[in-house]
Amino acid sequence: MRGVIGLASGLLFGAGLAVSGMLDPVRVRSFLDLFGAWDPTLAFVMGGAMIPMAIAWLIQRRMAAPVADAHFHLPDTDPITPRLVGGSALFGIGWGLGGLCPGPALAAFAINPPAAAIFTAAMAVGFAIVWALDRPSGPRTPVHA
Amino acid sequence: MPDYAMPGQGLIGGLMIGVAAAIMLLGAGRIAGVSGMAARAIGLGGGAPRTLALTFIIGLPLGAALVAWAAGPILSRFPMSMATLAVAGLVVGIGTRLGSGCTSGHGVCGMSRLSKRSIVATFTFMATGFVTVAIVNAVGGGW
Repeated sequence: MRGVIGLASGLLFGAGLAVSGMLDPVRVRSFLDLFGAWDPTLAFVMGGAMIPMAIAWLIQRRMAAPVADAHFHLPDTDPITPRLVGGSALFGIGWGLGGLCPGPALAAFAINPPAAAIFTAAMAVGFAIVWALDRPSGPRTPVHA
Repeated sequence: MPDYAMPGQGLIGGLMIGVAAAIMLLGAGRIAGVSGMAARAIGLGGGAPRTLALTFIIGLPLGAALVAWAAGPILSRFPMSMATLAVAGLVVGIGTRLGSGCTSGHGVCGMSRLSKRSIVATFTFMATGFVTVAIVNAVGGGW
């Protein structure tokens, strides 16, 4: 059941990215290019995606548990920490440099495998660095920071 | 609106992404955050069951391939150097894990939940994204 939900969600997510032009780093970067040839498409994508999700959050409040698990597993909505802000700031820098965030990078494997592989491999190295630093033997970081 | 913009396709694709995230939330009780799911899928993060993370991540390129098969070629231009692409990937990898999410988890799922953390995260990565592109354009003349 989990596999079916994961695959259904991933398939629709990847298809949505492809339909909306988000697999094109040039277009994504143009959204971030406020002082150049600005392309507002990404704003429509995010706005469009928030509509079903806002409804889903309303439904979620009325459900005791999700369809295929005993509980909802939801992240904290507080607090604002230096780690959250610093990490997000770094992410934005990388997003601006490459015109890619993780979803489009993975979906782009279907269209441009070599380029997607370079970005994704480097991203995995980034994951590994943070994973290693967060191990108990590394520098201590609060669980929810 | 500039003629290269795709507001209609953007909205349709966005609705599909939102339904995909809703399936994840109401079906599996999890946030459809790509950075977190990807890290989990390759054993570099906790959270979701491995099967859920792996199938979600594998679904992303399969969904894009289905669209390409049904509707024809999808534009995916990578004019930047391989070095720029690699540095961008590394910084995105570190930043999304430190910041606990990316455009999907914070931007789509968290913002629609009115999560304070996600709203701050999204405004932060949008701001540094805008500034980064402006600086790169000013200094290096673009890609």
